[in-house]
Amino acid sequence: MAEPQIAQTNTEPDAHIEVRDLTMAYGSFVVQRDLTFTIRREDIFIIMGDSGCGKSTLLRHMIGLMRPAKGRVLYEDKDFWAATPEARKTFMRNFGMSYQSGAMWSSMTLSENIGVPLGEYTDLSASEIREIAKLKLSLVGLSGFEDYYPSEISGGMLKRAGLARAMALDPDILFFDEPSAGLDPLSSRLLDDLILELRDSLGATVVVVTHELASIFTIGNNGVFLDAEKKTMTATGDPKKLRDEATDPKLHAFLTRGEL
Amino acid sequence: MTDEADNNGYQLSFVPKEAGTLQVTLAGNWKIHHSLPSSSELENELSQHPEIQRITFDTDAMADWDSALLTFLVQLGELAKEKNIQLDQTALPEGVQRLLKLATEVPERKGAKRTASADPFLARVGNKATAAAGSATEALTFIGDATLSLLRLLRGTAQFRFQDLTLTIQQTGAQALGIVALISFLVGLILAYIGAAQLRQFGATIYVADLVGLGMARAMGAMMTGIIMAGRTGAAFAAQLGTMQVNEEVDALETMGISSMDFLVLPRMLALIIMLPLLCLYSDLFGILGGLFVSITVFDLGAIEYLNQTQKSLSITDFTVGLINAAIYGVLIAIAGCYHGIKCGRSSAAVGTATTSAVVSSILLIVVATAFLTVIYDVLGI
Repeated sequence: MAEPQIAQTNTEPDAHIEVRDLTMAYGSFVVQRDLTFTIRREDIFIIMGDSGCGKSTLLRHMIGLMRPAKGRVLYEDKDFWAATPEARKTFMRNFGMSYQSGAMWSSMTLSENIGVPLGEYTDLSASEIREIAKLKLSLVGLSGFEDYYPSEISGGMLKRAGLARAMALDPDILFFDEPSAGLDPLSSRLLDDLILELRDSLGATVVVVTHELASIFTIGNNGVFLDAEKKTMTATGDPKKLRDEATDPKLHAFLTRGEL
Repeated sequence: MTDEADNNGYQLSFVPKEAGTLQVTLAGNWKIHHSLPSSSELENELSQHPEIQRITFDTDAMADWDSALLTFLVQLGELAKEKNIQLDQTALPEGVQRLLKLATEVPERKGAKRTASADPFLARVGNKATAAAGSATEALTFIGDATLSLLRLLRGTAQFRFQDLTLTIQQTGAQALGIVALISFLVGLILAYIGAAQLRQFGATIYVADLVGLGMARAMGAMMTGIIMAGRTGAAFAAQLGTMQVNEEVDALETMGISSMDFLVLPRMLALIIMLPLLCLYSDLFGILGGLFVSITVFDLGAIEYLNQTQKSLSITDFTVGLINAAIYGVLIAIAGCYHGIKCGRSSAAVGTATTSAVVSSILLIVVATAFLTVIYDVLGI
């Protein structure tokens, strides 16, 4: 089996999340196998690959929604899946997850949606929660839509609202599943700026599943490429270095959009 | 396009050329509105002449083409690949060549195609049995989790929003008053009508009050309310939670570290435990009124007479029995509804299945529970 290409990133050894020999499967159908990579603190880590290669599935394994068929996921050297469900819940409270379709709770307004984690995990008053929700919504460009229901806003706005909710508790780790899909180029750029800002000001580690090359090169400083055919990873490291030094033709084609 | 060309559609013929080459002549209109040519003619031709190693095309007399031609050529291509025959595409129109190239560019993903498998009978029986055992385990796990959630609530550590409880109470209780009243009134009416018709023969018409009173208080009030709520609320819970599953809203709760059992199932369960006994009492009242209505209009009893007799025949124990039944039904309906909702698959059809299963399970559980409870009350002498 060909060794995955590893592009050298800067040498800080501060590993935040580690994935070791992870194999993901639905029953007997293997999606990806032998995934090993490290995400350091304050990395913006991009999970890349062809459509259907298992990027969203990888994300689900990392945030506690699917158990690995084999392998481990470590958060600050603690084995996530070996822990009890209560311990896992404690881990999960430090995650912020933004879903592909927003996954907003349809029976609550946007403000109430953001208020749920705030109400659960802080002792803030209702009006304080409302103020914070308003702030988060304005950060994603949805000022004024606090009292709208998810069914009353467009798909792109839903995505941004989902992001606002993921940021509600200023989490250590943010997971984004295709954040720019369906957004116009300008919104996509604003989103990139927002992600960079979150990393710089909050010190968050960000894991992003995305196809957008512009975003990948703008914000990504570490990543992994999953090959759908070989069902394993073929490279890990800084996307820009991978593009310049890529030996695997598929990876090269992906990162240059097929240009030679 | 002339009329005769339209009527004739496509024309396909084979012209054997020099050694091992077959020329396929395509003429006329190859459009899907006419008919889709099949490759069986070609198959016959090829099997009759197994020495053919190359196929060329002649499209001089071809008029219009669309996907009909493409489909035929793709099938032909697969056939040729099977038999190791080379295809010379140069005489085909350029557009066709480009589309064929596009269609064959991305190879079929290995393992993606699903084959219909017909398992032998015993294997299917075995599979169904293991699946049933699996879902029995799931159901028990769910009930266990629900109980733990209730204990957490009592300890004050449940992730529970009071406003969800009050909203569900309004939806399940307040908004059900109309239909419960109507159905209970009619059930009381039916009981009285059937009962009095028989009792009249013995001159014991007055005892219809006992019949309706005891019937409603001990059994029918709780059961009718239970069945109405199973259809109304059990289905609603399953649909709500099922749709949330489809939209990944339940996942969003879990990844935020919020127990979906506490947040979603607990308020619904509590709402039904509170509302069903209250609705049962309400139903008893309307049932007795229904009996009263029939008795004074059809059977010439006096209103005061009827109500006095009802009061004499009923004791607190009878009402308590009904209320305990109702509370138990509440738990069963909530569990059935929420279980099927949370277990729902990720498609809209799955939501329909979940709703149906929830209603059927609820009604089944209500009737089975009633059977058990009746025996228990009998043994206890209540």
